[in-house]
This record gives sequence, structure tokens and C-alpha cells, in this order.
Amino acid sequence: MTAAVSIVDVVKNFGALQALAGVSLEIDEGEFFGLLGPNGAGKTTLISTLAGLLRADSGRLSVLGHDVVRDYRVARRLLGVVPQELVFDPFFSVRESLRIQSGYFGIRNNDAWIDEILENLDLTGKANVNMRRLSGGMKRRVLVAQALVHKPPVIVLDEPTAGVDVELRQGLWQFVRRLNGEGHTIILTTHYLEEAEALCGRIALMKQGRVIALDTTANLIAAHPGGTLEDVFVRTMRQ
Amino acid sequence: MIGFWTLFYKELLRFWKVAFQTVAAPVLTALLYLLIFGHVLDDHVQVHGVRYTSFLIPGLVMMQVLQNAFANSSSSLIQSKITGSIIFVLLPPIPYGAFFAAYVLASLARGLMVGVGVLAATAWVAEFSIVAPLWVLAFAVLGGAILGALGMLAGLWAEKFDQLAAFQNFLIMPLTMLSGVFYSIHSLPVVWQRVSHYNPVFYMIDGFRYGFFGVSDVAPEISLGVVFACFAAVSLLTLSLLKRGWKLRA
Repeated sequence: MTAAVSIVDVVKNFGALQALAGVSLEIDEGEFFGLLGPNGAGKTTLISTLAGLLRADSGRLSVLGHDVVRDYRVARRLLGVVPQELVFDPFFSVRESLRIQSGYFGIRNNDAWIDEILENLDLTGKANVNMRRLSGGMKRRVLVAQALVHKPPVIVLDEPTAGVDVELRQGLWQFVRRLNGEGHTIILTTHYLEEAEALCGRIALMKQGRVIALDTTANLIAAHPGGTLEDVFVRTMRQ
Repeated sequence: MIGFWTLFYKELLRFWKVAFQTVAAPVLTALLYLLIFGHVLDDHVQVHGVRYTSFLIPGLVMMQVLQNAFANSSSSLIQSKITGSIIFVLLPPIPYGAFFAAYVLASLARGLMVGVGVLAATAWVAEFSIVAPLWVLAFAVLGGAILGALGMLAGLWAEKFDQLAAFQNFLIMPLTMLSGVFYSIHSLPVVWQRVSHYNPVFYMIDGFRYGFFGVSDVAPEISLGVVFACFAAVSLLTLSLLKRGWKLRA
């Protein structure tokens, strides 16, 4: 079976700083995978390299068997990324942003799916509102919607619930769980460890550009009897 | 192709949503230039055998085509880089050639829209005719495309608005203002006439003006050759930088 994401010995330096020091990972199709670590561990660098926003100095990355450099057009079509930064285009409404994003992925007449995403993310009432007039939480929902317009089989959520209210979190996780249930592979980075514990079947812990622990969530917790994922995280990072 | 058309449409929509700033304002600026210079000089100066105001109009039209084509691609890129929304076009599988074509064509569209607006707004001030419309079209399209591509270069290079303003104010403005918009280079001292021949914008203005009066400082065929060579050079440079992901994909 082809891995949803394959990362082989990836190195990325920014000048003297080694952001990724030979990361290797394989994520299977249909997994709900957690990528955890403190700030500066290299999670976002790894995601950016996978998405083609950064170029690895060495190593190979592929999405469903398609190399992200040599076969970038297919690889990017298979990937949906919710960026960590709260970015938006101030010229457009929510619906315009989603139609434009669909077009970038080569999809015309995508309104039926756009309407479904809007409904699931509780954005229907804001569809014709300019992006500038939305709250931070609403903008975050639109970022999620933009990542989903082309129905990517692999979805990367880079801290999608940072700064959003409980209601949105619950709605978002319900929607993402449904997508995972329908076969979409989900890769999640978050600082909310209880969310990762509840959602992720397997977790990689990163520190200083390396994967320092990789196992199923159950095994990681079992290795620290009586603990939670937070205990596992703290102890592993201290080692 | 859908990716290209969508990016092109998005760029058109972006400037059209603020058309007062991006289209109406430059038309008004050109009209003010014409009223002021025309009022002062029209009774005293003739160039190439035509009244000064008639001579000035094609220059002003072309100057606004060029400046607005540059402004469109450069401002769009720098804004999206600084706000981070550039990510929306970097994540999808849009080939670098389509990326280039969409930005340059949208810039050209804005430049031509402003140019037509200036022509329409100034037509009542002075009489002029267009003796060779194909030359007018050729220089307007190539000139706008060059400045659109140059705007992309500036937008890619600049990391803050200050740097882009420097590019615009210390390079693009002098090149356009000192290109013969307001005068024939034959009225300049010999040394400045020679210097003007190293300014590619001079050939764009001169060739464009030939289409109106059938008279120019340099043969239009030579001007077209220079302008086309500039277009090829700027386009190839921009395309090679986009292919490398220069300042977009680290």
C-alpha cells in the first residue's frame, strides 16, 4: 500500500540553524496522525517542505507516492494545508475566496461542495461578508474551508484551533473526524495535547528538528503508566 | 488552464474593486498634467509640427499605461507577501509560467484601461488623430507587458513597502518622466539626447507617439525592436526567478 505521506531523511537549514536534521516518517492512508513538539521543533518547517513552500536541502518527500518536487503538480493537488498564520485576502468575500481557491486547483462550478463546507463550518451566514469583517475565529474557519475546496485526500492542519472558541473547536473536530472516517488522511499539529490524545491514532514527537518518539497514542501513554499524553510529552522533552 | 484564468480573474477583480484608486485617480492626474502644461505652453511650443497639447496627450497616455502596469503587479505581490496571503497561490499546482502570464496580463489590462481613460478624458482638450493604430497598439501592449513584468521583479525582490517605493520612485518614475513624455529629445542638448537613447522607455513613448502623428525621433521599427528585446529580457529573467522560487519558496 502506498503511504499517504512519505518523508525520508529530510534536512533543512536556515543559515547556521538546522531546522530539520534528517527527519523520516511514513504516514499511512486514512490515519489521524499527530505531529507534536515545542515551538521551534520543526513541525511547521516540515509541513511547509511537504507543501512545497520550502525546499529541502536533502531528502525526499512524497504525497501518495508523488514526489513534492519532481511531481509537484499532482502532489499539491492531493494535499490540503491549513496554515498556522491567520492569513486572508482583504479584497474578497468568503465565497469569492473559496471560488478563487477552487479555481487555483483547476475546479470550476464548485458551489455545491463550497456550500457544504460553509454549512459544516457554520459559515453559511458569512458567505458574502468581506474577509476583513470577520472575527479571528471566523477567519480561521475560512482557512480550513480553503484547504478543503479541492477535496484533498491528505489534509494537514497546522494548529487549526489556536485562538478559537470551544464551540468552533467542537464543530471543527466533528467535521474533521467525519472527513477522516470517509478516508481522508489527517495530519495535525497542535499545542492542545488533550485534543491530540482524543483524536490521533499515532503521534510523532519532534524536538530540535528530529523525531524523538513515534508510536501509537495508546503505546506512548502505556509506556508512562497512569499518565496522560501531556505527561508523556513533558518527560520525553526533558530526556 | 483553469488555474491561470482564475489567477488572472483574481488579479483583475483585485484592482477593479478599488477602481477609484487604481483607474480613476491616474486618469485625473494625467488630466491635471495636460491642463497645467497645456495652458502654459500650448501657445508657445510646437513639436513635430503639432501643437504642444496634441503632442503631450500620447505621452501622458503611455506614461500612465506604463506606471499603472508596474503598480499593479508590484503592489499585488508585495501586499500578498507581507500579509502572507501569497500562500493561497503557492499551495496550489499553478505552474510558474501561468503565474507569470496571469500577473502580467492583469497588469497590462489595468494599464490599458487607464490609458483608454486618459485618452477619453483628454480628447476634448486638443485635436489629434491616430494615423497608425497598429503601432499604437503594439507599443501599448509591449510597453505595458514590460512594466508588468518589471513590477513582478520589484514585487518579488522587495521585502517591505519602503523597498518597493524606492524601486518605483528612483527607477520607474525617472525612466518614464525623462523619456520624452513632455518633450522631443531633439530639444535637448546633444549629450542628453545620447543619454535618452539608453532609456528603454524613450522607445516605448516615441513609438507610441508615432502611431498618432506618423512622426517620431527614432524610426518606429527600431523602437519596436528595442522594446521587444526589453520584453524578452525582462520576461526571461522573471520567469527564471519564478522557476527557482526566488524569495517565494526558500
